[in-house]
Amino acid sequence: MRIVEKTQLMTATEIDRTVQRLAHEIVEKSGGTSNLGLIGIRRRGVPLAKRIAQAMRGIDGVDVPVGTLDITLYRDDLSKVAAQPVLQSSDIPFQVDDKDLVVVDDVLYTGRTIRAAMNGLFDLGRPKRVRLCVLIDRGHRELPVEATFIGRSVQTSDTEIIEVRLNEIDQEERVVLVERLP
Amino acid sequence: MLAIEPLSAEEILFLLDQSKPFQEIQRHPLKKLATLRGKTVALAFFEPSTRTRVSFATAASRLGADQMNLQAESSSLKKGESLLDTVRTLDAMKPDCIVMRHSSSGAPDFVARNLLLPVINAGDGTHEHPTQALLDALTIRDRRGTLEGLNVTILGDILHSRVARSNIHLLSKFGSRITLCGPAMWLPRELERLVPAGASIRRVMRIEDALEGADVVLTLRVQQERLHEPALATDEYILQFQLTPQRLRIAKPDALVLHPGPMIRGLEIDPAVADGPQSCVLDQVTNGLAVRMALLFLMIGADASSERDSSHAAD
Repeated sequence: MRIVEKTQLMTATEIDRTVQRLAHEIVEKSGGTSNLGLIGIRRRGVPLAKRIAQAMRGIDGVDVPVGTLDITLYRDDLSKVAAQPVLQSSDIPFQVDDKDLVVVDDVLYTGRTIRAAMNGLFDLGRPKRVRLCVLIDRGHRELPVEATFIGRSVQTSDTEIIEVRLNEIDQEERVVLVERLP
Repeated sequence: MLAIEPLSAEEILFLLDQSKPFQEIQRHPLKKLATLRGKTVALAFFEPSTRTRVSFATAASRLGADQMNLQAESSSLKKGESLLDTVRTLDAMKPDCIVMRHSSSGAPDFVARNLLLPVINAGDGTHEHPTQALLDALTIRDRRGTLEGLNVTILGDILHSRVARSNIHLLSKFGSRITLCGPAMWLPRELERLVPAGASIRRVMRIEDALEGADVVLTLRVQQERLHEPALATDEYILQFQLTPQRLRIAKPDALVLHPGPMIRGLEIDPAVADGPQSCVLDQVTNGLAVRMALLFLMIGADASSERDSSHAAD
């Protein structure tokens, strides 16, 4: 299988601008930031959540707590995968009970990751509200899941993959559309 | 998972790392996952066991797996059925793995060679108790930050202890200096050959000498039926080998005290030590759940027969 890069969807500057806008939107539509908590989904949702929290500090001067969630144990396709996925730690340093949570991920696709994340969150308590923020919405939903805060919506085909590459993980900063060729 | 001995240090660290997420689960208000829903874990305990069996059963439950239970007291073994026939019968009920304890060393290995089913050794004779050594290592690493280069003193009936053997194998892979201490009859020279050439292991008869500079003190359970006149009376054992607060002061000030349980207060360990700030016994129990959940997840979580690519399956 070959993986071919088709187009670049976002540059580093565009990612940064989008993160800033998402932070503004969350502050604006939350009616106060005092009860907010961000949950980054491993792996690339984590640096994104941290950047959004950083941006919020610039807007409102508020310190919004950030937790990280590994959804591996909540996946619905474990019995279908060949290779054993490696578990990462989850770390949510605040009580989720009655919190106004925003789950952050890089790409929204089938919706299954978000379903898994919500299962994980509800094992920790009963949040007051859970909303979703993604950098890219690429369509092809298989579950009734939609994001409240969307960086950019992109039309894709089934064989295409969107790769969000972030400095913290990938040592480069851009979003690309790639295609898997047989 | 039959023994610690064949594992590499990297493999052991991987298992400990994979146990971390399951330590978090023990702190969740809701501890039940659906990760192994539809899978079945057979628990075959051919030797009486309470804590290990409950720990494995709880680990399976918290992962959402079902269980088949076989206990020595009620099993057909009492009626003369062979071990192989018993496990074949279990196998025919299609579990996804078998967790097995047996009084004969090597029994889980024998079963693993005769069945296709993954086998987890929950303690075999005087051979190994790998999950105990892993939970001990997890406890030590959490408190110390590392497993490298520790002074570890193991006290008690080393000769008959599978816990001691698994721990000696595990810790020697990380460069621990191991000191074995107990009555001479339980301290044969052969124990020194458990570790690879170059690893540090010594036998010491006086507990005061054995505790000098210890980072970790692993106290073993002493089976009272093994103590008898004229070889060694119970009173004499307590006098010579009981871990008391005074003796613990010889070890490093922050030395950890571990005990695999069941603990006989007043025999191998003084209650003040068992309940003291250096004691890790309850952490060991909680970590046992995490280690066993990690093992079950790693062994039967993914389906090896499927050919789907996992890297993008979740999103």
